[in-house]
Amino acid sequence: MKTTLKYAGLLGYLVFLVFPLLWLLSTAFKTPREMATLHPRWIPHHPTLRNFSDAFAAQDLTGSALRSLIVAVSVAVLTVAIALPAAYALARRRSVLNRIAIGWVLVSQVFPVVLIIIPLFIILRRLDLVNTLPGLVLVHVTFVLPFALWMLQGYVRGVPRELEEAAAVDGAGRIRTLVNVVAPLLAPGVVAALLFSFISSWNEFFFALVILKDPDKATLPLTLVKFTGAEQAARLGPLAAASLLATVPSLVFFAIIQRRLRSGLTAGAVKG
Amino acid sequence: MRRGLRSALAVAAATVLGLTAGCSGGGNDSGKPVTLKFLSLAWQKDSLAANKRLVTEWNKANPKIQVQYVQGSWDNVNDQLVTSFEGGDPPDVIHDDSSALAGFAGQGYLADLTKLIPTGLKNDIPDAAWGTATFDGQGGQGIYGVPFLQESQVILANKKMLDAAKVRIPTSGDPWTWDEFQQISKKLTVGKRYGIAWPLKSPVNKVLNLSLNFGGTFFQTSGGKTTVKVGPQEKEVLQRIHDQLYKDKTADPSTLGMGTTDPLPGFYAGRYAMVPAGIYLRQQVVEQAPSGFQWVTIPPLKGQTTQQGAISQTLSVAADSKHPKEAMQFISWFLNGQHQVDLAKGDWLIPTSKTAAQDPTLTTDKYGWNVATASAKSLILAPYLKVNGFDEFKSKVATPVLQSYFANKITIDQLAQKLTQDGDKVLERYNK
Repeated sequence: MKTTLKYAGLLGYLVFLVFPLLWLLSTAFKTPREMATLHPRWIPHHPTLRNFSDAFAAQDLTGSALRSLIVAVSVAVLTVAIALPAAYALARRRSVLNRIAIGWVLVSQVFPVVLIIIPLFIILRRLDLVNTLPGLVLVHVTFVLPFALWMLQGYVRGVPRELEEAAAVDGAGRIRTLVNVVAPLLAPGVVAALLFSFISSWNEFFFALVILKDPDKATLPLTLVKFTGAEQAARLGPLAAASLLATVPSLVFFAIIQRRLRSGLTAGAVKG
Repeated sequence: MRRGLRSALAVAAATVLGLTAGCSGGGNDSGKPVTLKFLSLAWQKDSLAANKRLVTEWNKANPKIQVQYVQGSWDNVNDQLVTSFEGGDPPDVIHDDSSALAGFAGQGYLADLTKLIPTGLKNDIPDAAWGTATFDGQGGQGIYGVPFLQESQVILANKKMLDAAKVRIPTSGDPWTWDEFQQISKKLTVGKRYGIAWPLKSPVNKVLNLSLNFGGTFFQTSGGKTTVKVGPQEKEVLQRIHDQLYKDKTADPSTLGMGTTDPLPGFYAGRYAMVPAGIYLRQQVVEQAPSGFQWVTIPPLKGQTTQQGAISQTLSVAADSKHPKEAMQFISWFLNGQHQVDLAKGDWLIPTSKTAAQDPTLTTDKYGWNVATASAKSLILAPYLKVNGFDEFKSKVATPVLQSYFANKITIDQLAQKLTQDGDKVLERYNK
């Protein structure tokens, strides 16, 4: 009975999570008339691909998706490259300074973006990075890094110290221990950090809006919003079609690396 | 929320700036082509196509003044602009609306166009429309944008239902009065069907614009000090809508929380016989209504007059633009009579150009264009456009108070008291 309830709860939660995606899917194939009926249907009566052709005709979706991909992959790789050694140092070297650093990482998350956007813009302008993808990557990394660092630090703590000590006893140096023993065990954490960084950057809108000026530099979120007008009006069909396509890379990326997310890799590692 | 964000951005900008002055250099090298950035907010399919086509035409004909088309979005344009203005890198030509111009002009972000506007363009646009782009800037009062598209409030009605109820279809010359409209709403309310749906999720601009039908201005200025006024004239439209909801029961209370476009599915399905709407909503009806659905555009209602408050879409030039003359040259060409016809048709709005208003495609009775275009004569400057602090008054005071009133939680006298007392407190800060 308890298990049934648990599964029912989980199912409800799943439906709650999937609902917007299914609605998007349904809307993307509907005609304007079907979208405006009082009793909407899940499966379109007269499915159409016109929303997709309209979306591609109106905006440079391919170009902006490519730019989003470049930015998001760069952000994910850079973030993990910086956060991983930093997380190891924070987790393993216990000192007052480290505790302050960890606290500061958390505090940095509470500043509203609006407070820093203009100083940030001015800094980027002085560095000649306004209206450039590297400028956007830099900003995204800065904002994704604290949480990725915090997350990875937790994973590092989860790796038993004894494993490193055992490696040292067996004659492995510090670098070899890190590369051959610790790093593989951190794979799920690295994957989680990659995913988090990728998706945060892929979806990010406000910094991109402020930093990127030229239409030929626009990322996907900037392009999607061009289907909306004043007073909450929108070209709903093309918007749904384009948004549906925009979710695909995230889903593919997740599908490819989700196997790596499995936990429990360290289970039993220090036994016997 | 948006306005709050914009204000916060402006405050943040003001505190950190000063450091960046002089960052941008350069000038117009003679002989070198000038490139103007044009931030456009066109988003509907036809409007987008018209804008892009005009820019391409201009670029072909003017190799020395090239225009780069940049598409922005109404939803966040003002946040984007504040950052650009403060960063010293704004677009040269800016598409926005009157309500944003007031603040931007006051901050010195926009160029005063008074002396740059060519006589032909000046004469082609009525003074009332110029009034929607005339504000106090840092160098005194000036024109900070060229108004080109306007919206009026009309009613979209189910033609078959009007015919069945033997209701007179009004014309622009002989519009319905509010009394007539209320009577007709009663006639059209049958069984589960309501005569009218009032979507009042964002009630302030709608109510303030319509209240001018009875001379209700909501603000008064004396000795340089602006205060809120809610007298009998201001109460008329408020009371009439409230009556339709709770006394006549001809308006569906469930639409109160809806945005402007939300009642359309119910309108097509025959749940409501009429929907008050901005004229641009005709486009959605044409696109979405089921085949065989017959509808008419009802001209602006008449109280003492048919006057409504208007704001305009505008093209402005950034104060930081290095090429204001060239920018004005482009604007003047872009907004000539024929082009305004294309832009108006693309956005389903009214052109300000007198030449454009005479175009046969904008005076045909197809899709209610004749009614829409004729409604331009009812548009006068919305009084709130000139009120410093209106944005804060609207979000902090007027919106919640009006929502409470329409939800029947407070009386009209309580509404008047709250609007004046709380509103004056807000405006007082801006009067200093």
